[in-house]
Amino acid sequence: MTADWPILSAIIWLPILGGALVLGSGDRAPNVSRWLALIFAVLTFLVSIPLYTGFDPSTAEMQFVEKMPWVPAFDVYYYLGVDGISMPLILLTTFISILVIIAGWEVIQYKPSQYMAAFLIMEGVMVGVFAALDAMLFYVFWEAMLIPMFIIIGVWGGPNRVYATIKFFLYTFLGSVFMLVALIYMYFQSGSMEILAFHDLKLSLTEQVLIFVAFLLAFAVKVPMWPVHTWLPDAHVEAPTGGSVILAAIMLKIGGYGFLRFSLPITPDASNELDWLIITMSLIAVVYIGFVALVQQDMKKLIAYSSIAHMGFVTLGFFIAFIIMARNDVDSGAVMGMQGGMVQMVSHGFISAALFLCVGVLYDRLHSREIGDYGGVVNVMPWFAAFMVFFAMANAGLPGTSGFVGEFMVILASFRADFWFAFLAATTLIVGAAYTLWMVKRVVYGEVGSEKVGEMQDINKREALVLTSLAVAVLVLGIWPAPLIEVMDASIENLVKHIAVTKL
Amino acid sequence: MEYSLASMQPALPEIFLLSATCLILVIDLFLSDRTRLVTYGLSLAALIGTIALVQYVSAPTREILFDGSFVRDPMSDVLKTGLLLITLFAFVYAKDYLRELGILRGEYYVLGLFAVLGMMVMISANNFLTVYLGLELLALCLYALVAFNRDSTKGAEAAMKYFVLGALASGMLLYGISMVYGATGELNFPEVAAVIAGGQADQTVLVFGLVFIVIGVSFKFGAVPFHMWVPDVYHGAPTAVTLFLGSAPKIAAFALAMRLLVDGMGSLLVQWQDMLIILAVLSMALGNLVAIAQTNLKRMLAYSTISHVGFIFLGLLAGTDKGYSAAMFYAITYALTAAGGFGVITMLSRKGFDAENIDDLKGLNDRSAWLAFMMMLILFSMAGVPPTVGFFAKLFVLEAVVSIDMVWLAAVAVFFSIIGAFYYIRAVKVMYFDKPVDDAPLVSSMDTQVAMSINGLAMLGFGLFPAALLGVCRAAFGL
Repeated sequence: MTADWPILSAIIWLPILGGALVLGSGDRAPNVSRWLALIFAVLTFLVSIPLYTGFDPSTAEMQFVEKMPWVPAFDVYYYLGVDGISMPLILLTTFISILVIIAGWEVIQYKPSQYMAAFLIMEGVMVGVFAALDAMLFYVFWEAMLIPMFIIIGVWGGPNRVYATIKFFLYTFLGSVFMLVALIYMYFQSGSMEILAFHDLKLSLTEQVLIFVAFLLAFAVKVPMWPVHTWLPDAHVEAPTGGSVILAAIMLKIGGYGFLRFSLPITPDASNELDWLIITMSLIAVVYIGFVALVQQDMKKLIAYSSIAHMGFVTLGFFIAFIIMARNDVDSGAVMGMQGGMVQMVSHGFISAALFLCVGVLYDRLHSREIGDYGGVVNVMPWFAAFMVFFAMANAGLPGTSGFVGEFMVILASFRADFWFAFLAATTLIVGAAYTLWMVKRVVYGEVGSEKVGEMQDINKREALVLTSLAVAVLVLGIWPAPLIEVMDASIENLVKHIAVTKL
Repeated sequence: MEYSLASMQPALPEIFLLSATCLILVIDLFLSDRTRLVTYGLSLAALIGTIALVQYVSAPTREILFDGSFVRDPMSDVLKTGLLLITLFAFVYAKDYLRELGILRGEYYVLGLFAVLGMMVMISANNFLTVYLGLELLALCLYALVAFNRDSTKGAEAAMKYFVLGALASGMLLYGISMVYGATGELNFPEVAAVIAGGQADQTVLVFGLVFIVIGVSFKFGAVPFHMWVPDVYHGAPTAVTLFLGSAPKIAAFALAMRLLVDGMGSLLVQWQDMLIILAVLSMALGNLVAIAQTNLKRMLAYSTISHVGFIFLGLLAGTDKGYSAAMFYAITYALTAAGGFGVITMLSRKGFDAENIDDLKGLNDRSAWLAFMMMLILFSMAGVPPTVGFFAKLFVLEAVVSIDMVWLAAVAVFFSIIGAFYYIRAVKVMYFDKPVDDAPLVSSMDTQVAMSINGLAMLGFGLFPAALLGVCRAAFGL
């Protein structure tokens, strides 16, 4: 299906254009930059809504397709389109971007125009990653993400920001360049740069394994999976609140999306062959990183580790499919695992964003992220405490919140694969609850920790607006996930069918 | 054979440039220091006029004149245009710097123009001796330019090193040429190629000569292990000269390699391919690793140049038209990028302060957000991060390498570009994350600012729309 008007291009280029304008507006009138940024972010979100309303959930075909030659000499096209997998993630991006702009409103005093511009440009580029159907276009967006994020962490981050941002850049750069070599190789095999052409490309097992490893390097770093996760806690701790939100809510999802769009359909046999590796890495992330989170003293670090554990669920959900299919079980188990992973991605986007924003609220008042510096926040900030407890519950997977849906689906699917997978995955229900609730207990409840805590003001309207909108999203998705599952259903089923067929 | 004036038309740009330069040399004698800008204006006019003439005589055919010693083909048209445009940028950046340092003399522009003439002769050479003639014209001008600030001992030392090593390299090249001449009895490239392809020439002598020719070419490129002069010369020369030296001659060096190795000795591809693989891998490895240790910005960019040369070699060694066009794209865009990078350094300098350390970039974003943004684009382009043009340059070269089934070489190349990314982003870090230590206002004249904006935004423009420039490069090889 082709769009009547280039809606995807609009969602990509509108914020980038806005970013350029905001950058040009300079810092003489910071409020102008802020309002300009907000207007563009809201506009982009409004433009992205027709993506949902006009989406046809009954087909796995790409929709809203745009295709133009870009570098004809190498058959590179400016080729955009979405299916049920990428569409929800694009909406997530445009939604979260508004919140990030609002969250940085008064907090950012140093060069606010550059800050806002960086986030707007980032938004457009991330949408580009999800919408690109040409491998080279995808790669350009994928790498271009690094530049604004590098600047955001490095300029507005915490004391150790330089180390964190350089580590972030090099880690992700390292992961992705080998993917580039793999893409070029496939271009010569298939004569086309289209991702969908790669899906149908016949490859031998050795080729598939090598390509799979190249993809794994890129996506595992981005997700991040154990053992290449170490950049994430550093980057999160040092990033400004907005940076953390974008990192956790969207950039990590790009890794998960990469598995669905590239690894699984392009190298199904290698994925089948090496699924034990991914499953092991995922389970280590879920169990071991969960325990690591338990001992953190820094709130942002704790949430960062909890993100790694939650993303472990996502990759687990994607890769148990092979075991389920090998047992000749109904395909619905495999579909459920993948859908669970997708729901988990969207839900984690909301919850981690909300938790980082909560920490940001505290940090703006006390300039500390140490759990030990707080205590009894509920006495002075009752409204805030209510939000924080709610999001903590969601993070622990409380039924009725979106955190529950994804985890539950993945655990159910794991049961069909292997009891012990499910058993290990389910430990998160205990460990996850332990580290989140224990943090909440120490920060929110108890005696007022210090005089400074006693002087803290409750959240203002701006903060309340941001947190409320996220709370609504978490609740809606938790109680009524059907609309989300519906739109991705056809695409996921198609994907499962595709990977069930060997390419050898 | 009789020459009519019309038959010399393809050489019109060179003839015009030579006359214009001689004229400027004479006019400059009668100018005082206050009116020195006239020389500057005339030099720019000469360059623009030459560009116009190159466009005027350009054609999709191949024309040979002067008894086969001079050729004008689509490749030469593109390379000359690129060369002249980049020199234009270099001349604009150099003006403010030279004036601040009190060495704004006409010789800079006159020597620069003669160097450009030398490079144009190299690009259009169809004969071993023409190549050598152009090369020496270029080299002699550059030796003098490096020592341009005669009060600087550093400059004099660099010029001396450059001269001694350069002379040695020219000797090697000439020795190699004599071997090939001995084996084939021909000097014009098409005839040489025909004799080699015919198999009548003595293979041993030929390969022996080839080795020396490859050494000479590597020397001019600054490829490892013939790179020793690069850091010292880049560092010692006044930045305005480094700027010129580090940009435009890369295009000429590419032409040198194309004419000698491809036009002249194309059928020895198997032999020189292996040599270039070794040179390319060593250059990428050493250039990127050693650049990390530099604190001097000019030295860092010098080592970075060495690593980029490795990439240009990758395109050349593919031995296909696709590879040559990729290498050409790389050489042109890299020269433009390097001109911008050194241009920013000249803009940071002022009377009594010659910026050259990485620390001099500190807090550039606070001092001038615009200049910092341009420099960031340039650095990311050098690192090869999309959406800047450096990424596509690397991509096309890698595609050429993969297309001849050398995936391992592509993997090595990307591995070293990760290492390379570190020192580029460290420079970005210094500009954006550190506080300024130097609060002196950055002033630069209008023409410099315009040129820098065009140069910086070109990184982004060619990155977003690489097809146009790539199309030009491919058309030069009939693709």
